[in-house]
Amino acid sequence: MSVISPETEQSLASAVARAHAAREPLAIEGRGTKRAMLRPTLQPWGPAARTLSTRNLTGITLYRPTELMIRARAGTPIPEIEAALAEHGQQIVAEPPDLRVLFGAEEPSTLGGVVSTNLSGPRRIMWGAMRDHVLGISAVTGEGEIFRSGGRVLKNVTGLDLCKLLSGAHGTLGIITEIALKVLPAGEATGTLALRVPDVTAGVAALSAGLGSPYGVSGAALVLEEGGITAFLRLEDFSESVTYRLGRLREDLAAHGEQSLVEDPRALWRSIRDAVPLRAAPEEAVWRLSVAPSHAAGVVASLRAAFPAKLLLDWGGGLIWVAGPATVQAHGAVMQAATAAAGTFTLFRAPPELAAAVPVLPEEALPLAAIGRRVKAVLDPAGVLNPGRLRA
Amino acid sequence: MIALPAPKPEILARRDAILADLARLLPADSVIGETLRLRPYETDGLAAYRQIPLAVVLPRTTAEVAAVLRYCHANGIRVVPRGAGTSLSGGALPLADAVVIGLMRMNTIREINYEDRYAIVGAGVTNIGITKAVEGDGFFYAPDPSSQLACMIGGNVMMNSGGAHCLKYGVTANNLLGVTFVTIEGEVIEIGGTHLDAAGYDWLGLITGSEGQLGLVTEVTVRILRGPEGARAMLAAFSSVEIAGAAVDAIIGSGIIPVALEFMDRPCIHACEAFAHAGYPLDAEAMLIIEVEGSVAEQDMLLDRIRGICAKFDPISMKVAESAEQSAAIWKGRKGAFGAVGRISPDYLCMDGTIPTGELPHVLKRISEMSAQYGLGVANVFHAGDGNLHPLIMFDANDPDSFRRAEAFGADILKLCVEVGGCLTGEHGVGVEKRDLMTTQFTRAELTLQRAIKSAFDPEWLLNTAKVFPLDDNPKIAA
Repeated sequence: MSVISPETEQSLASAVARAHAAREPLAIEGRGTKRAMLRPTLQPWGPAARTLSTRNLTGITLYRPTELMIRARAGTPIPEIEAALAEHGQQIVAEPPDLRVLFGAEEPSTLGGVVSTNLSGPRRIMWGAMRDHVLGISAVTGEGEIFRSGGRVLKNVTGLDLCKLLSGAHGTLGIITEIALKVLPAGEATGTLALRVPDVTAGVAALSAGLGSPYGVSGAALVLEEGGITAFLRLEDFSESVTYRLGRLREDLAAHGEQSLVEDPRALWRSIRDAVPLRAAPEEAVWRLSVAPSHAAGVVASLRAAFPAKLLLDWGGGLIWVAGPATVQAHGAVMQAATAAAGTFTLFRAPPELAAAVPVLPEEALPLAAIGRRVKAVLDPAGVLNPGRLRA
Repeated sequence: MIALPAPKPEILARRDAILADLARLLPADSVIGETLRLRPYETDGLAAYRQIPLAVVLPRTTAEVAAVLRYCHANGIRVVPRGAGTSLSGGALPLADAVVIGLMRMNTIREINYEDRYAIVGAGVTNIGITKAVEGDGFFYAPDPSSQLACMIGGNVMMNSGGAHCLKYGVTANNLLGVTFVTIEGEVIEIGGTHLDAAGYDWLGLITGSEGQLGLVTEVTVRILRGPEGARAMLAAFSSVEIAGAAVDAIIGSGIIPVALEFMDRPCIHACEAFAHAGYPLDAEAMLIIEVEGSVAEQDMLLDRIRGICAKFDPISMKVAESAEQSAAIWKGRKGAFGAVGRISPDYLCMDGTIPTGELPHVLKRISEMSAQYGLGVANVFHAGDGNLHPLIMFDANDPDSFRRAEAFGADILKLCVEVGGCLTGEHGVGVEKRDLMTTQFTRAELTLQRAIKSAFDPEWLLNTAKVFPLDDNPKIAA
């Protein structure tokens, strides 16, 4: 399999235009960290198939700390952006996970990769998803046309919001080449309250109580271990505020379980962000379900009835990470649980045989699917961008 | 004046038959056809443009909306969606051959869920109505456009409305979980739900801010948030706009994100003070309203820090509210700014461009030069933290030359916003008002692409025709 790694947006556009003309499919990636996510793209096309990587489109092109905006080329590694922001006490708001361990990848994610997959970490519950902070993009259509949407300013409603359409589209509607992102100051201090809870229902209730408090909880997760279940609630703010708010939170949540303060909260939330407590074995499948938090306990019960499920809950209980046997039966149980909870699922990581055999995302309503095919035909008429990535 | 497309003669000719058909589709009292009763729908917040529509329908349910759309689609009739009609960009301006679908009767709150922190509300529920329904329990709906007493959530979704507090809480798009979407064919589609981040394409994100170009929204699931313990505002007045701009940069650079950070220039300060008697400093060239949240001790801590930062910029005066009442007094002038300018000028146009905040002094200087050149006054009030400008251009609608100059002045300001790296509209939408300026921000190819995506939803271009996209170079609409 050959890899094309253009060094300019223009040469990337030319490569796509050639693929379009020849009707040759392209697998789109940054550094390939999440290559094993969702469905395998190029397998049906065999050894002649090609990968188009944005790994050589790198560099921060504009950073204005007082304008809360950073712009970088899509292939810029996330750690490079985080380091630049840290110099000014700022951070990527949505806290995108580092999934190297989960996917067994060597290289860090790129900015284009986390935006194209709309992956957000624990802070999503308070501060929004990755896509919420995309101010503007430059991208290339499946015909090799360069276009821009949005801009570099914090408020912009001019024209259709193609930034959101392409964020989370996994490279199937266009290849993002440059991104302007809203950033915010990182909290001066981080504090985390831990609560031992008897079960998932009680845990989610504690998280909901914290998220329904006036203290600005910016992380609310449930870690399920052999020894018991712990609810974690995070505060990020000026140190005086974190101290004060932790005290208030302890009082308000006194009835929810035995309390303690976490000694190294930043390390804890990094591990939750990266799904480390899930302890997914390499041969297991990994799913992500998103439901209203009050449905979490029901989902957990029905999954456990179906297979030995490993679990990690984030976003106040609304994001359910699941690891389990990579079987059609287990996947069926996940789909059923998501549907019963009026939520959504993704088969996040699975052996290619399973991922190719089942829907990795919920099917869309027929009229919406029809609109989706027409939108795809506008942006990628020959279907060369990541064919099969989302659906067969 | 901005051109509107020629009405379809075959539709105008069939007016009576269309009204009769609509009356059969909907319950009694849902269809308006008499000119006198159509008159209230002839314009919106952009009152310089007026057009009586073919008909107005006022459905009460999603099924009724779907039935009307299915009928209009089958008969090639244009449709204009309307909430409260507060659009400042002419987003709800009717066309002579269009059926206006008014959503104000869909004003029921279906569910409020504090545990999962959402509310499901009809498109015709007012923005403030959502907060009113949950504030007794300490919650609120965050986006707060100035028109929030009147504007409806369906319109907020269609325009992706912002407000004074979106620096911290985000705009409409950041506060939605799902919508009930009705296509021009009358298909009803549930998009999103009560959970975060639906898998697959972000249709919710594309629909939000689409200005009625893609379909109608009849029901909305919004996130509701627990309010802070309290909030308090302060004023800081400076001797020049440059200095005030530098103070804004210093506040943001210090790591504090105030929940609101508003900027007013001298003409606006004077107009608001005359109107609201808020105690604004009349000797200042620029004034900031800065609001922080938290417990009283946290408010004190943050306001102390901000006061310390402002003190480095030789402020003319600073005033920290000592109570909620004093905060409300500080806000009273700002919230009434548009009305205040309306008192000193017969009419005004409210512009809405956004600029990178670093360009503020340059842009305000250029606006002041243009004001002299066009011979029209301008007052500036805007969201300083996010660079969303609201220059209010004062003119007299009874003087056609004055209106022509005001439109040209406004267009020049918006072109300047784009030129310095900003955009035409931060929160009011393109509508009809800024439609013909779209070519200054987008290339022809980019506009063609956006139009093609509209066509994927609305192949016959029946939905809110003649808004957002320039008419020329558009084979779907003859001017």
